[in-house]
Amino acid sequence: MSQSISPTALAPKTAPAPELGALAEFTQETLALTQRLFIQLQRRPSTLVAGVIQPMMWLILFGALFTNAPQSLFGPDVHYGQFLAPGVIVFTAFSGALNAGLPVMFDREFGFLNRLLVAPLASRYSIVAASTIYIISLAFIQTVVIIGASAALGAGLPSLIGLGAIALIVLLIVLGVTALSLGLAFALPGHIELIAVIFVTNLPLLFASTALAPLSFMAPWLQWLAALNPLTYAIEPIRYIYFNAQWSLTSPVMAAPWGDLNFGVMLAVLLAFDGVALLLIQPLLRRRFG
Amino acid sequence: MTAAVVIEHLQKRYGETPAVQDISFSVERGEIFGLLGPNGAGKTTTIRCLCTLAKPDSGRVEVCGISAIKQPKQVRRRLGYVAQEVALDKVLTGRELLRLQAALYHIPRAIAQDRIQQLLTALNLTDYADQKTGTYSGGIRRRIDLAAGLLHQPDLLVLDEPTVGLDIESRFVVWEFLRQLKAAGTTVLLTSHYLEEVDALADRLAIIDGGRVIAEGTPSQLKDQVGGDRITLRLREFTPEEEAQKAQHSLNALPFVETVIVNPDQGNSLNLVVQRGSNALPQIQETLTAIGLPIFSLAQSRPSLDDVYLAATGRTLMDAELAAASTRDLKKEQKQAMKTA
Ligand SMILES: Nc1ncnc2c1ncn2[C@@H]1O[C@H](COP(=O)(O)OP(=O)(O)OP(=O)(O)O)[C@@H](O)[C@H]1O
Ligand SMILES: [Mg+2]
Repeated sequence: MSQSISPTALAPKTAPAPELGALAEFTQETLALTQRLFIQLQRRPSTLVAGVIQPMMWLILFGALFTNAPQSLFGPDVHYGQFLAPGVIVFTAFSGALNAGLPVMFDREFGFLNRLLVAPLASRYSIVAASTIYIISLAFIQTVVIIGASAALGAGLPSLIGLGAIALIVLLIVLGVTALSLGLAFALPGHIELIAVIFVTNLPLLFASTALAPLSFMAPWLQWLAALNPLTYAIEPIRYIYFNAQWSLTSPVMAAPWGDLNFGVMLAVLLAFDGVALLLIQPLLRRRFG
Repeated sequence: MTAAVVIEHLQKRYGETPAVQDISFSVERGEIFGLLGPNGAGKTTTIRCLCTLAKPDSGRVEVCGISAIKQPKQVRRRLGYVAQEVALDKVLTGRELLRLQAALYHIPRAIAQDRIQQLLTALNLTDYADQKTGTYSGGIRRRIDLAAGLLHQPDLLVLDEPTVGLDIESRFVVWEFLRQLKAAGTTVLLTSHYLEEVDALADRLAIIDGGRVIAEGTPSQLKDQVGGDRITLRLREFTPEEEAQKAQHSLNALPFVETVIVNPDQGNSLNLVVQRGSNALPQIQETLTAIGLPIFSLAQSRPSLDDVYLAATGRTLMDAELAAASTRDLKKEQKQAMKTA
């Protein structure tokens, strides 16, 4: 122990520091929490490596599955690789977001979360925000790789505005799913249970969406399920962008069992999904004390 | 000025377990206050309620006059919390962890930089600051955790079993540091199940057992309350029971002797409580010689906090720990803790 400690280093503050204002505080804590996640990523990059390799396998293996399917099965001048790319983009982002709760769960189990909860956070949504920023960054990296690889496999490349719209859609689906996953991380008893939930939601949501096959291929009941699945609301607009050089908010994107939905409606549904997810998890974040 | 901590009639159950039944105590500003109790007494639960990590079922919990229940954020800003289990992110370096902590308390970057450096120096951590916390030894982990709890210069530092699992040397380092902290004006509340720790550090303490406060005061007040000096007497290394009882009978008749009990767990040794300041030893020797009994060993001491605990509960702290260890289901508790956490 050092003998020459300046007493001020140990003395309590004479008055508590003035509060900075909620927004400044929220920004500061969110950035710090985000930075932690990126330091972890940098020092343990295997999640990202696996997260890039996996969609490549999807593209190559699934793409090959339907190579000899009759021409124009998926649309005029559309080959399956082109059809598949939007599905893989969304599914990859979705899987990443679904796992967002795991680090928080481990923080809870190791007691690190107490460090956050005992601090005067402006809002516990900063934990959500940090995870979302982190997951969305990963998802963007993965999306870029998938778009590039699909282009190389002959799926073509959307325009710049199209790419912007794809980014927005990926953001919307990631935000809602990340929020739900974090909510589960606060609500479930432990990581075993969280992994179980991730396990049973992941693939069924994939198959009950239009990621791998169009609505028109499905049994009527599955059409209904797929048309209610948030993933479909992300996949179909991206697919529309891939297939149509010209698109707008009023473009008819999906023929749901109850009628046609246009691009704008699809985005609105995704937004509503995010809103509901964020509201749903609020009581879980508040648990213990507000 | 309001007290640093006021807890009144705190109650907290976990399902069927009444973790805290009725705990009241207050901590004055600038003192070191100890919460002493065996495993499972309710120390951590009390601390968690104080630090806004658990919601009390009933009772009043205040830090510097602010209710932890109604204004948790204001309370969080005023207290530093060092948990029973040190949880560091093993991928981060010590300095990175402290930077994160500083941001969680909204300390401006430039100020944080200085504070971190000061605390690293004060806690002799400069050599370790840029290594990953996963490589730290137990003592260093504790010290980094202490630094983290102090970054925002809290009025009150709360430490849950700050030296459990540490070697003697590291323990002394922590003690010395807490004394310096007190000298600088910070109020310290710590829990412990080490008698010596509370005795050595605390200005005042509360002994808790089974979720209730069973004694509160300064260490010497409490010791005075349990009365006179303790004498341990062994007639032989292993004394036959009749002999011990015979001695008990005769010693009981002496005017300065308050109680005599035979302790069968320790070879029928005799434990006496005698009036403080009485010249007991020679008279005991005389009495025993007169009835023809030998003396193997004879020692007099001031009562310890363990005697305080013994007087209040009828068992020693050590026995209570052993009993708790055999009945607690740690796995189940962890599960429970996760549910309620
Ligand atoms: N989250 C929980 N769920 C269920 N029971 C709990 C929980 N936390 C504590 N308990 C129970 O409440 C009682 C008090 O526990 P607490 O952890 O407060 O004791 P403690 O004095 O801190 O003990 P130790 O010295 O072992 O840390 C114990 O019987 C314990 O089993
Ligand atoms: Mg404890």
